[in-house]
Amino acid sequence: MYAIWKKLYRGMAVAAVLTLTAGGAGAAQEPPATVEIKSLAQLYGAVSFDHAAHVSLADGCATCHHHTTGSAPLSPDCQRCHAGGEVSAQVGCGDCHSRAPFSAEYLREKDADVQRYHTDQPGLKAAYHLSCMGCHEENDGPTGCTDCHARSDAGDAFFHAGAYAPAGGAKGGAGH
Amino acid sequence: MTQISRRRFLAASLAGGAAVTFAPARKALAAGSFEGYPNAMGVLVDLTRCVGCRSCEAACNREQQLPAPNEPFDDQSVFDQTFHDGTQKRRTDESHYTVVNRYQPEGNSAPVYRKQQCNHCSEPACLTSCFVNAYTKTKEGAVIYNSKVCVGCRNCMIACPFNMPAYEYSSVLNPMVKKCIFCYDTRVKFGQPPACVEICPQEALTFGYRKDLLRIARERIEKNPKKYVDHIYGETEVGGTSWLYLSPAPFDQVGFDATLQKEPIINNVKDFLATVPMVLAIWPALFSGFHLLAKRKEGHGEEHDHSEQEDTKS
Repeated sequence: MYAIWKKLYRGMAVAAVLTLTAGGAGAAQEPPATVEIKSLAQLYGAVSFDHAAHVSLADGCATCHHHTTGSAPLSPDCQRCHAGGEVSAQVGCGDCHSRAPFSAEYLREKDADVQRYHTDQPGLKAAYHLSCMGCHEENDGPTGCTDCHARSDAGDAFFHAGAYAPAGGAKGGAGH
Repeated sequence: MTQISRRRFLAASLAGGAAVTFAPARKALAAGSFEGYPNAMGVLVDLTRCVGCRSCEAACNREQQLPAPNEPFDDQSVFDQTFHDGTQKRRTDESHYTVVNRYQPEGNSAPVYRKQQCNHCSEPACLTSCFVNAYTKTKEGAVIYNSKVCVGCRNCMIACPFNMPAYEYSSVLNPMVKKCIFCYDTRVKFGQPPACVEICPQEALTFGYRKDLLRIARERIEKNPKKYVDHIYGETEVGGTSWLYLSPAPFDQVGFDATLQKEPIINNVKDFLATVPMVLAIWPALFSGFHLLAKRKEGHGEEHDHSEQEDTKS
């Protein structure tokens, strides 16, 4: 079982927002038992992420937190710069993964910075999903959207589902 | 005297003809090397990341204020729909600017989902086929169109190598051509990503400068050579497109036309088009010249005698 987990590293895996404050130096702080993720709050209800449960499932912190918690990152590619042993001041997903990865300012800044190595860093939402879904798929965890997120009424309207589902009608509108 | 004027006439018409011929030809040649605007945006679609959630379809529907769908956007059964005796999967139309389809490539255990929409070519065939200039390629990379000048000829629908422009057949009085416009009016113009990109949970859609996206795409292939087919679809297809694709399976197995030329579609007819001004400008002058000369010969009697007399005098 743990052998499978080792394989799950995806280069960009992150699974929880740890609300550690900057300057707290991380090491002394206990990880939270649950983390409330509400960045999709418009269409879905907040997700209560059971951090404690996932800590017991994962092989180590690096599976999701890369090098930030002090352990050596899983990918040899990352180890070339991040050997481990150093705890970062910030270990929360949102501290590195941008909440607006496609904003004009962020894109311009990235384009101008020719020294930048992490040019293909996913935004916060993708960091969650790529990491979570990757593991869940391989370990038969829940993978449907509403398995983790309860859809709000606005979400139902957005997807034309639930109370807003189309009333019958001819099938196959996008055909021809 | 007659001989001199004929020579002059021929020289003048040739010079004029050459000027008319070469001016547009040079312009056409310059247009052939157009590789997109330097700071044009694009989207990198990574098919290995798409999970077929159809959120992009829902976001597009909301953003572009399209009619309500026939099925909810979370209904995965639409992937089983086929048309024309099973030969055709769902496609974009007047009320669906983007569509996700599911494919089962040979040797792949998992299905592959592919999002379709206008690819926003660097040198769009729809634009070059439009004789009222309804289409514009903006400096941001979007291919947009002005429905006010469209005359409904539907040349663009035939010209597009991706079959993207759709016609509003449902509208009796004022049908329009409809297609994805890269959310230009509401988002891209203001430096925001298109609605489909923003909603995508997996970042299967990455928005950015096209030149940066090509770099990212190459990096992904290099780092995971077993995961990807070594090709970026849209880098060179039909002269390059703003939307680029990475795939875990051969592109022709996941719904792409892998036979498309590397040259922009317009290049197929550029040589011919360059001769049109020549024919229009030179031929009337040349043939009316021939005609006049022939007429002159018929009634040249007196004038000819006169000139001969002059010649002998001198």
